[in-house]
Amino acid sequence: MSDEKEVSLPAQSDGATLTKGTGAGEPLLKVTGLQKHFPIRKGLLQRQTGAVRAVDGLDFEVRKGETLGVVGESGCGKSTMGRLITRLLEPTGGKVEFEGQDITHLGVGGMRPLRRDVQMIFQDPYSSLNPRHTIGTIVSAPFKLQGVEPEGGVKKEVQRLLSVVGLNPEHYNRYPHEFSGGQRQRIGIARALALNPKLVVADEPVSALDVSIQAQVVNLLDDLQSELGLTYVIIAHDLSVVRHVSDRIAVMYLGKIVELADRDSLYKAPMHPYTKALMSAVPIPDPKRKAAKSERILLRGDVPSPISPPSGCRFHTRCWKATEICKTTEPPLLELKPGQQVACHHPENFEDQAPQDTVLLSVAKEAATLVADEVLAESAATSAAVAAEVGESADPGARGTARPAPTDPQPTDEPTEPEDDRQESTDK
Amino acid sequence: MSKLEKAALGEVATDAAPPDADAFLSVRDLRIHFDTDDGLVKSVDGVSFDVRRGKTLGIVGESGSGKSVTSLGVMGLHRSANAKVTGEVWLDGQELIAADPDDVRRLRGRKMAMIFQDPLSSMHPYYTVGAQIVEAYRVHHDVSKKVARTRAIEMLDRVGIPEPNQRVDSYPHEFSGGMRQRAMIAMALVNNPELLIADEPTTALDVTVQAQILDLIRDLQKEFGSAVIMITHDLGVVAEIADDLLVMYAGRPVERGPAESVFAEPRHPYTWGLLGSMPRLDREDTDRLIPIQGSPPSLINVPEGCPFNPRCPYADIPKDNVTRTVRPELTEVGSRHWAACHMTQEQRERIWTEEIAPKL
Ligand SMILES: Nc1ncnc2c1ncn2[C@@H]1O[C@H](COP(=O)(O)OP(=O)(O)O)[C@@H](O)[C@H]1O
Ligand SMILES: Nc1ncnc2c1ncn2[C@@H]1O[C@H](COP(=O)(O)OP(=O)(O)O)[C@@H](O)[C@H]1O
Ligand code: SF4
Ligand code: SF4
Ligand SMILES: [Mg+2]
Ligand SMILES: [Mg+2]
Repeated sequence: MSDEKEVSLPAQSDGATLTKGTGAGEPLLKVTGLQKHFPIRKGLLQRQTGAVRAVDGLDFEVRKGETLGVVGESGCGKSTMGRLITRLLEPTGGKVEFEGQDITHLGVGGMRPLRRDVQMIFQDPYSSLNPRHTIGTIVSAPFKLQGVEPEGGVKKEVQRLLSVVGLNPEHYNRYPHEFSGGQRQRIGIARALALNPKLVVADEPVSALDVSIQAQVVNLLDDLQSELGLTYVIIAHDLSVVRHVSDRIAVMYLGKIVELADRDSLYKAPMHPYTKALMSAVPIPDPKRKAAKSERILLRGDVPSPISPPSGCRFHTRCWKATEICKTTEPPLLELKPGQQVACHHPENFEDQAPQDTVLLSVAKEAATLVADEVLAESAATSAAVAAEVGESADPGARGTARPAPTDPQPTDEPTEPEDDRQESTDK
Repeated sequence: MSKLEKAALGEVATDAAPPDADAFLSVRDLRIHFDTDDGLVKSVDGVSFDVRRGKTLGIVGESGSGKSVTSLGVMGLHRSANAKVTGEVWLDGQELIAADPDDVRRLRGRKMAMIFQDPLSSMHPYYTVGAQIVEAYRVHHDVSKKVARTRAIEMLDRVGIPEPNQRVDSYPHEFSGGMRQRAMIAMALVNNPELLIADEPTTALDVTVQAQILDLIRDLQKEFGSAVIMITHDLGVVAEIADDLLVMYAGRPVERGPAESVFAEPRHPYTWGLLGSMPRLDREDTDRLIPIQGSPPSLINVPEGCPFNPRCPYADIPKDNVTRTVRPELTEVGSRHWAACHMTQEQRERIWTEEIAPKL
């Protein structure tokens, strides 16, 4: 339905120069106000009685040659977002532009050229491959669908693709069940690469794999990106994997992006309380640290239902910093620091955006009981409400203009007794 | 001489580790082989370990390495015709492999209990959560339904289910994944078991819920002093919760010891591989992960010699191709720390300090 038919950008970026850390490329994909509401229908007449607001207003760009990581708890809308930007799902609202072209409502015909440029890799290497088809048939399917005859013939091209992803080209005639999980994921990747795409959206590409195989696939994705100049959107719930693969990261909560930042800024000084909570929950493979888990934030319960999400900031029912404004007013996603956008009234590591609100909600007080003292002390420096609660005499500058607390997230290696204060905070 | 001592001295072919006299659970040379149409599957092939009361043993390894079969073996759940179980399982002084199956059944649910990755595998969809906990309690306690229901509500509350008075009458599908996992823990713990085996209890859960569940297990363990076995493929999870660690590969133990030593001074190339494969939030990001090449072997055709040899970058270091012909035994590499590798202690120390540790 767009009038802008022109595609002004060059067909394929020369990837060799677009590797990690080369700074911002131009946007390849741009998403504005993107929404997907799944209708809930009831009764004989299948009347719509409500909607699952799976994706509820996303704004972001994916830049050429970069990897955008997407994290968040399950049910936050990550997969729905992936299917929207690859146009496997029709958006309810908002706009998706690819290389400047509005593709939001393109029909099957209009989408055909785009199907080559945008590919998706799925989580489950078992169910995403048809068990009755040979690897050759599976990897060559995109050529058939697009009516493309690769140079040198289909078979030769498929064999080339198989060797690109580290599989034996001689295995052309084998069936998926003859391959291990990691190999099947490679087959999925070969299929995604067949048409020389520009954007690859990978939904949990390594979560079903064992850690040793996970590393093989992560390295493969990395190599392919630098060799082919691919742009990735990688959805994953494993925050360590996401940090490793991404240039920038979007944190989603209940259909919204709550923080979007450069990888290093995000991991060094997360600004959204939810980001901070997610990171603190990642188990660290160092037993010495279990004794001194001072960055711990335990979130209560599960993600609320996207059918009737909480008012204001959707995280306010689980946040230890929530005040009245959090309940009434939705915080906009703002670039508070260069390269770091966050949607929060009382961000961490930054000055309070609503310093007039000095009283914690009672749910926030409860949530605070599951937050380590060290974290509360940090939060107190950026929030008068938290400061009042923990009884810290907030220093004169703390209200409103608090400097980001000099955060040193590394706990000491002191071998303290594991009987720590955790007990107290979780006992009822 | 007790059976246990005999096991320690004589019959144990693969594990030089002496049994721990204070162990609540002591497993010696456990072997569980399945006779299948495709051949003999050696799912567990000579595993030994000890767990004391109040302590947690973490068992790690890739999928198919025999972790679940080991735990089901301890619970006495491999008594099918095609399963051959040998070795010894000592629970609080009682040997279970040779014991009467009825005796073992009476211990299950009371003295030892298990939680699984998928709660629906141990909860019945057609009965309320409360009814199932009541049933689990009354099997071992001669009390009225009313008393048992009160106990069920108390347990649901204990594991952090909100409004337990109402939720007790819910069906499993009415719970979220995290809540079902809690309900299953409530059911497993209703009889205060002295041994709790948790088989990947958090693998399907978000990190946030995982943190809640690990916290819960830790608290309950502290309260009741139970021995816990935590099975997982996530080294982060074991580092959080385990006192001791058993690393399994292809049905065999490759490294075992106190968690701190295994993480600080791992002495087996497979353990190095696991550590190198994971990106870590607590370190500066590395450019590249260091994967283990290839994939785990079939347990029907386990490679001769060291089962890890086709994937091991150091397989040629030990002399005379011994790595491909002789199965390495667990040998002591530190205090209460054993590893099964033909390389000399000096070779392993050097490789770890010079080649592996700096890249992690
Ligand atoms: N086809 C659908 N119909 C109705 N609800 C859906 C559909 N797909 C996803 N949802 C719901 O949308 C929400 C977001 O789901 P999803 O995008 O899969 O999240 P994530 O990938 O972050 O786990 C969930 O509540 C999910 O149940
Ligand atoms: N009843 C059985 N019959 C035959 N093989 C089995 C049986 N149970 C498990 N196995 C095999 O034993 C091996 C180890 O399985 P398991 O203990 O489940 O691994 P893990 O829990 O480490 O992923 C696998 O190869 C599996 O296929
Ligand atoms: S402080 Fe308020 S706005 Fe910020 S995350 Fe918490 S509830 Fe949301
Ligand atoms: S015995 Fe040989 S193959 Fe096995 S881990 Fe040691 S060096 Fe590697
Ligand atoms: Mg998903
Ligand atoms: Mg298992």
